[in-house]
Amino acid sequence: MSSALKRTPLAAAHEAAGAKMVPFFGWEMPLHYGSQLEEHHAVRSAGGIFDVSHMTVVDISGPDATAFLQRLLTQDVATLAPGQASYGALLNEAGGVIDDLIAYRRAEGYRLIVNAATRDEDLAWLEAHRTGAVEITERAELAMLAVQGPQALERATAWLGAAAPALAALPAFAFMEDGDRFLARTGYTGEDGFEVVLPAAEAVDAWATLLAAGLAPAGLGARDTLRLEAGMNLYGQDMDQAVSPLEANMGWTVAWAPEDRAFLGREALAALKAEGVPTRQVGLRLEGKGVLRGGLEVFQEGPDGAWAPVGTLTSGAFSPTLKEGIGLARIKATVPKAAMLAVEMRGQYRRVLRCRPPFIKKRS
Amino acid sequence: MSDIPADLKYIASHEWVRVEGDGTVTVGVTDHAQDALGDVVYVELPEVDVVLSAGDEAGVVESVKAASDIYTPLSGTVIAVNSTLEDAPEQVNSDPYGEGWFFKLRLADAGELEELLDADGYADVCDADA
Repeated sequence: MSSALKRTPLAAAHEAAGAKMVPFFGWEMPLHYGSQLEEHHAVRSAGGIFDVSHMTVVDISGPDATAFLQRLLTQDVATLAPGQASYGALLNEAGGVIDDLIAYRRAEGYRLIVNAATRDEDLAWLEAHRTGAVEITERAELAMLAVQGPQALERATAWLGAAAPALAALPAFAFMEDGDRFLARTGYTGEDGFEVVLPAAEAVDAWATLLAAGLAPAGLGARDTLRLEAGMNLYGQDMDQAVSPLEANMGWTVAWAPEDRAFLGREALAALKAEGVPTRQVGLRLEGKGVLRGGLEVFQEGPDGAWAPVGTLTSGAFSPTLKEGIGLARIKATVPKAAMLAVEMRGQYRRVLRCRPPFIKKRS
Repeated sequence: MSDIPADLKYIASHEWVRVEGDGTVTVGVTDHAQDALGDVVYVELPEVDVVLSAGDEAGVVESVKAASDIYTPLSGTVIAVNSTLEDAPEQVNSDPYGEGWFFKLRLADAGELEELLDADGYADVCDADA
């Protein structure tokens, strides 16, 4: 069974470090190395390192690359200077999210980093809409590490070498290329740090060097609670092809200007915006002790004291930082901000407080 | 390989029982169970003085992964609960047979002890799970 799963160049290193390996969208990935909570705290307090080599790296090049991506992405890549990146989405014609991604504008062409879970759909969509002189190249031979935490850059200084001061000086969502290391000030934890895309052959050495420098190995479990505390969406849970970015707190990624940029999904999105979205994404915090879980139904208290269903938690977890249940929910847009909300847990209605993610403030 | 102390009794739903010899028992979840659950973040315990029948739900343990019901392996009256788990649920992971205990029962029917698994019997259950 496991022989069918793809392994990153670091799989053996994870096993040697005591990782619990789990199947994850066709990959065998580390869930944790003993304690997911400790890994979470390590990233928040100092620094951790994640193997994210399962993510799909796609290079887009050719004279028509900019026009191609302007047609496909919610963000307007023409506004990016070389060395800048932005977060956005691929939408279907109905305005549903095919995937969320980061687009990096390089000196020549672009790099897209997309989810492993949606690799096939993404590549098929890109190929189906390819026009003009555009080359689409998946870079499956590359590995990727995320180095995150308030001390991530400092602890990685020796490994970064001469690139360290330049990388540290870059703002969020900027990146640089140092030989065959693609170094970006991006991440999925709400912490300072960077992500690096590098040749698979160098990944094992990089991993060992960064661990020796005091960065804690962290798995998918900690990655999920870190991103949720930071109010970041997980594709497939918080949004999918049936959900528009306007209903998933991703409206800010949509570049409406210039008005004549006819990106796929724009018409559907504009119509939805004009008529008003039926649902919106909110943050929820559980009052009292306990854990929120994705899939729980959300209820609103009516004037008669009865509870009526108004939506569903799309992600939920115990926040290791706040030590309370937190989650993202999609609820009816008509629910007033001051409405009393609850989730049903083990036969009881438990109050939840509506809030605006992130659940924790970024500290850097 | 998980730790299965020979001096304890077990049931297949992964609770352990320590027979205290004075008509009372202590109950917790096994090392195998805590390992499968992952980091425990919240424990809901029964109330003291409540009367339970063997197999009843006696609480809930929530880990980073999932919520699981805790069942009482035996019938009796709850005489104590480990309230330190409210603030330190991680004791279930770090010391499942010690500081991670859940509750103590005064037994209603000591004869029920005969139906519990011994360490070897429980090891077979874990092997079948794997």
